[in-house]
Parts: sequence; structure tokens; C-alpha cells
Amino acid sequence: MKFKKCNTEILEADLTPMIDMTFNLIAFFMFTINFADAERIEQIMLPKSSLAKPPEGLADYQFILNLDDDGSVWFDGQRIEKIELINPLLRREVRAAERQGVPPPRISVIIRGHEDSQSGKVQRLIQQCQENELEKFLLRVKEER
Amino acid sequence: MKFERRKKADELKINMTAMIDIVFQLLIFFILTFKVSALEGDFEVKMPLASSNPASMDEVLPTVIHVGLTAGVERNIATIEIDDGMQALTFTQADMFQQLTNFVETTVAREGDPSTASEVEVEFEIDPKLRYRFTVDAIEAVSGRVLPDGTVKKLVSKIKFRPPVE
Repeated sequence: MKFKKCNTEILEADLTPMIDMTFNLIAFFMFTINFADAERIEQIMLPKSSLAKPPEGLADYQFILNLDDDGSVWFDGQRIEKIELINPLLRREVRAAERQGVPPPRISVIIRGHEDSQSGKVQRLIQQCQENELEKFLLRVKEER
Repeated sequence: MKFERRKKADELKINMTAMIDIVFQLLIFFILTFKVSALEGDFEVKMPLASSNPASMDEVLPTVIHVGLTAGVERNIATIEIDDGMQALTFTQADMFQQLTNFVETTVAREGDPSTASEVEVEFEIDPKLRYRFTVDAIEAVSGRVLPDGTVKKLVSKIKFRPPVE
């Protein structure tokens, strides 16, 4: 018996639109990724406010202090149990800013305090910063619209 | 002369498989690490350590409104005490933050006279046990007021805290 030869053409899909779309998606995610988020501690529930101003660009030098509701401070990925123990880290940060030519009064300290933390702890944290000649504080809140 | 028929040119094909694999891996990485975070804003507080130099005689001292926040049951706010040197009031009702805004607005309007050339400052004395959210509510109350058309009327921008009593 004689078999007919099959027509074996390779079916090729046009991948161009898919690749275009995929590159667009990658570009979108690359532009929206925010590495500053690494300094946010997600467990901290910020108080809400409708009047707070959104951050306007980056300050000359800034760093974030996260204050948890149990009074511990998260700074630079470390959890510090007592506010008083943060002094050496603050000094290190001030020295790093000074090496970049930013004097302490121009350093912005962003305080992300948990809404249920004690106000006295926030004040203690500010005092510790003041002892290191820091005087510009930004109390971070969640924007409410 | 007889020309040889040209052989059909081989199509040059680039193997895209490796690139597509990498691109999809990148895409998956970005999708999995993508986080929709809530918008955040700031209240700016400028607080240098108290200067040891006394103010000069020519310097116009700002009007300071002292605002005391006291904590009550479950560290919630109990009262707001206000003193601007001319009158002292205590608010205890549920709309105490609204009353605080009204008070500050009146003071700012009074001190807004250019002849006085002074600015209004608010100094907070806060019960250390008070929940931080009420401190923020109080800062919001003195910072401004949202008008019915959605715009914000700014009131006080100079805010400081009295050092906590140990």
C-alpha cells in the first residue's frame, strides 16, 4: 500500500506583539518598583490624616525611624528594644550625612509611629534625635481622602 | 551563457526561546514583588534644642498657644486644654478637635494683623501615655481646615512639643 506524503509545514506563530507587550509590562514594573519601601515596616499602622502633605522629593539627607506599638524602634533593618539604645546608630547616621556635606540641621528624620504607640515614646525618640543636633522631623501618616 | 538558478536563500532565524524565558522570569519576579502601598504624607515639625541665648528686645515674640492633651480610659483622649495667654479653655466633648481648630482659626485671624508682625506657634504638652493617633489628630486640627470645596486653609505651621516630664 502506498501512503501519501504528509505536508509537514511548521506552524509558526507571530510572537512580536506578545514580546512587545511583555517588554512594556517589564518596563512598567521596573519604573514603579520602589526600593525605599524596604525601610517601611509593614506591621506599623500609621495614623490617618487628610491634611498631611505628600513627600516633596528627596531631602538632602533623610532616614526613617519606625516606632512600633510596643515601644521598639526599627531602624536600618534592626529592631532596637529601647529608644535610648538608638543613640550610636543616630551618631553613625549623622557622621554619614556630614561626610556628604549635609549638616545635622538639614537632615530630615522621618518618624513612622504606630497609631497606638505612646505619644511619650515618640517624644523620647525626638529627644534622642535632638541630642544629636537633628531638628527637622517629618511625622509620617497615611493619607486619607 | 547559462546562469545557474540561485538557490533559495536560507532564512536567518534567531532562536528567541532563551530570551523569552528570561523575559518571563523577570516579569514573574516583578509581578510577585509588586506591592500596592497606601499613600503617605508628612507633618513637618521643626524642633531645635532650646537655645540658651535669650531673645533680643527688638525681636517680636510669636503668640504661643499651649495645647494640653490628656489621656483617659484605654489611653484615649479625655480632654484638650488650651491657653493662648488671653483665655484658657478645656474641651471634653466628642467634637473637641473641631473646637480646637475653631479656637486656633480665631487666634490666627486675630494675630494675622500685619501690624503685630508676629506668628502663631502651637506648643503641645502631651500625656505620655496618650495614643499617638490622637496626637496626630491634634496636629492636624491646628495645621489647617478642609473647606467645603476641598481646598485646605492653612492655620499654624510652627509646632513644637514640650519635653515630656519623666
